[in-house]
Amino acid sequence: MQREFDRRIARSLAGSIFMKFSDEFEARFAEMVPHYPTRRSALVPTLLYAQDEVGFLSDEVIVELAGRLELTELEVRNVISYYSMLTTKPRGKYNVQVCTNISCMVRGGEDILRHCAKKLGVGNKGTTPDGMFTLEEVECIGACSWAPAAQVNYDFHENLTAEKMDKVLEEYRKRDI
Amino acid sequence: MASLVSHPDEIKVVSKRFGLGATNIARYLELDGYKALQKALGMDADGIINEVKNSGLRGRGGAGFSTGMKWSFVPKQSAKPKYVLCNGDESEPGTCKDRLIFEHDPHSVIEGVMIAALAVGAASGYIYIRGEYRYLSVIMQKAIRDAYAKGFIGKNIFGSGRDLDIYWHGGAGAYEVGEESALMESLEGKRGIPRIRPPFPAVVGLWGGPTVINNAETLANVPHIILGGAEWYAKLGTPKNGGTRLFCLSGNINKPGVYELPMGYNLKKMIYDVGGGIPNGRGLKAVVPGGSSCPALTAAEIDVAMDFDSVAKAGSMLGSGGVVVVDDQQCIVKFALRTMKFYKHESCGWCIPCREGTDWLEKTLTRFHRGGGLKKDIDNMQYLAENMLGRTFCPLGDAAAMPTIAFVKKFRKEFEDHLEGRPCPYEKEGAVEELPVLSH
Repeated sequence: MQREFDRRIARSLAGSIFMKFSDEFEARFAEMVPHYPTRRSALVPTLLYAQDEVGFLSDEVIVELAGRLELTELEVRNVISYYSMLTTKPRGKYNVQVCTNISCMVRGGEDILRHCAKKLGVGNKGTTPDGMFTLEEVECIGACSWAPAAQVNYDFHENLTAEKMDKVLEEYRKRDI
Repeated sequence: MASLVSHPDEIKVVSKRFGLGATNIARYLELDGYKALQKALGMDADGIINEVKNSGLRGRGGAGFSTGMKWSFVPKQSAKPKYVLCNGDESEPGTCKDRLIFEHDPHSVIEGVMIAALAVGAASGYIYIRGEYRYLSVIMQKAIRDAYAKGFIGKNIFGSGRDLDIYWHGGAGAYEVGEESALMESLEGKRGIPRIRPPFPAVVGLWGGPTVINNAETLANVPHIILGGAEWYAKLGTPKNGGTRLFCLSGNINKPGVYELPMGYNLKKMIYDVGGGIPNGRGLKAVVPGGSSCPALTAAEIDVAMDFDSVAKAGSMLGSGGVVVVDDQQCIVKFALRTMKFYKHESCGWCIPCREGTDWLEKTLTRFHRGGGLKKDIDNMQYLAENMLGRTFCPLGDAAAMPTIAFVKKFRKEFEDHLEGRPCPYEKEGAVEELPVLSH
């Protein structure tokens, strides 16, 4: 019990001392907080921006943001678990999100997902061993009229075919070399 | 970037600046930008509300409630600050229209929010954009900055003595947050769990203050109504259904895309003329007329005017304008299953009929699709879905139940064709495999 408590203290200290975000993040955060009558209102977009920088919402990020927004760690975790884009587990550098919802499904969205799974050698929410790609089946991303569609991180890729998807993945792979 | 389409039957109001570079504020000003706001500054609050009421503008997010009426519910006097909240959490499967507005004409949304704020006496407005639309958040944030720099937003706008602030806010992936009370929870930095009503947001909304919440397309229409007049706008549509609407054609259709058509446009014409019909000479099996929450129409039911009242009369809803066309090679059981998987995934679990109902329906549909369905399950699904109706805080439970009831009622034979271990008649040989499980 005491050990767990000590660990938590150490972790919060680590959070406040070592958690460093980019200047861009800090500028955005400083601008955003006064937009609302309560500090916690900035939480959801801030979590996403923090995740974009760190790759996932680590314990350190959670402690840090909880402190800044005057929330408990648990309150922050409760919010994280609600939103499908937020994750507390590390992901690949490129998150390949294939939509299989109705508009995409009737135009072959599931085939695109299966194709990606085969190509990358991972299942849903799996990450390639080199840490490059994570594959995820997602719900409607608002690309229904350009289906089937996928998002790699925030980039939309639309009117997909297996060949087109191969090229998309190849481009990201090349980008990293 | 999503590609644009066009058709001669289109009447471009809310899409009139699409493709014209109106994200640039100078270009927006050339295209009559911020004129409506200046005109509204010269009108009194009731004048603005009446203009919007008379235009017949109804909520483009799905419910189709009169926008002017909604604004009139906000109390004139309030001890707490009042707010306008623009709902850009577009997540209804089949819907991709707000995306185009944010991408091509972000200032029209800002202007709409500001006019709404003048009408209800709010001093600040928030534009909430779903987390997946990051590139649109970038566009919107720049648009807001540009408008501040020009002095259109902020202190003493256009020398009127009025102060008005507009802010951007972003989500992080949640369909339910598109529901207005959950949207407010999300903006307040919480889980997007719905609030019980009454009190309605117009009385007790964001941070306890009276709040007007409108869909992005609804608000983007407002400047055009103020400039063009209520009468002009109302006449574009059908009685009590003013104006035009962005219809998102998707699914098995030759020319999918987002088309702006007058309210009341015939659905059959929309599919076969505007959308170019169904590919590969296939027949039509079903149409979801307004996003996945709306009961599907059969091929025999599509001779209907696409306005709120006519589609309601036909037993469905105009919803969010997402028209999903389903050809005769698609399996309705599978379509119903995918729809239910979505609702099960998105249910926040707050209300038991929704949480348990979507789970049971998804399990039953999964078993059905694999050929393990029981005859009594068909009636059970309908019974279960009917008992979800109206028993939840927010309409997500209804949204899951309504299409299910329609699928079971209208396509019963397809469910029967899956009985007694028969493999799905629509799947390719050996293709009935389990999809990866969404495990969030």
